[in-house]
Amino acid sequence: MGTVTSVRPETPTGRSIVIDVPQWPGNIAGQHVDVRLTAPDGYQASRSYSLASWGPEPRLQLAVDRLPDGEVSPYLVDDIQPGDMLEMRGPLGGWFVWTPDLTGPVQLIAGGSGVVPLVAMLRSHATSGSTAPMQLLYSVRTPEDRFFADELDGLGDVTYRYTRRTPDGSPAGRITKDALAAATLPAPAAVFVCGPTGFVESVATWLVELGHDPAAVKTERFGGK
Amino acid sequence: MSHVDGNALAGPLSELFRDDMTTATGRCAHCGDVSVLAESLVYDAAPGWCARCHVCGDVLLTFVRAGDRLRLDLRGLTAVEVTL
Repeated sequence: MGTVTSVRPETPTGRSIVIDVPQWPGNIAGQHVDVRLTAPDGYQASRSYSLASWGPEPRLQLAVDRLPDGEVSPYLVDDIQPGDMLEMRGPLGGWFVWTPDLTGPVQLIAGGSGVVPLVAMLRSHATSGSTAPMQLLYSVRTPEDRFFADELDGLGDVTYRYTRRTPDGSPAGRITKDALAAATLPAPAAVFVCGPTGFVESVATWLVELGHDPAAVKTERFGGK
Repeated sequence: MSHVDGNALAGPLSELFRDDMTTATGRCAHCGDVSVLAESLVYDAAPGWCARCHVCGDVLLTFVRAGDRLRLDLRGLTAVEVTL
């Protein structure tokens, strides 16, 4: 069980949540937790959320986007308050992770709230003083929909791709294969792609067509359930 | 039907296995592909999880939780290997 210590609006539909978990064993960047909610009638719903935080501290940070038909995310975005308890399991997952002992170049590619585990990697990279090249391509609807916008400016090399509206009125639109090639590190690089399922599958396919080794492209899809 | 990937199995399978099974490799009984479980395609709309091979699409495993029982069906995996 964790205790919510603070919440902060990040976007018009999303917010970040800081949770104290006394028995937390620490986590590496990219790992997730399963959050379980129990209704008064006993009905339970469990969902996976990536951690934006990393390291040994027993203080976790999630960032959650509200899904219109979601069972769990509306509660986390609209209702939960500091002092509330949250049932969670983790840290989970040892595949979609980055650790500071890795020295090769890293390309991070996010769609929407898929940026959350990649923020943990950028934070881990910055805090550890890693000299590995690392950059982020962040596909997001509008400037207001960026999670951790203020912090990202100081976390390194970030390229934004706006799908609905750009800050300067230049054309917005979904990422294309050509734009992907222009805005990302060439192979060989470790690539982490996280976002909605369709976004991840398009990008992963293009990356392989652009010469990346499929084994070097790690993906994390969130379905939207 | 939308799907996620095998990363999502980390929590459910932690109820049965000590080690993180998403980094374990498995061999698909249908096409012979050997990949980590994290790369499988996971359909979670049913009352449980169904992981399919990311190469041929055949079912690797299903995992269902019903009350106080867990049922893991490994019909599509002929070998599973973990790094200790």
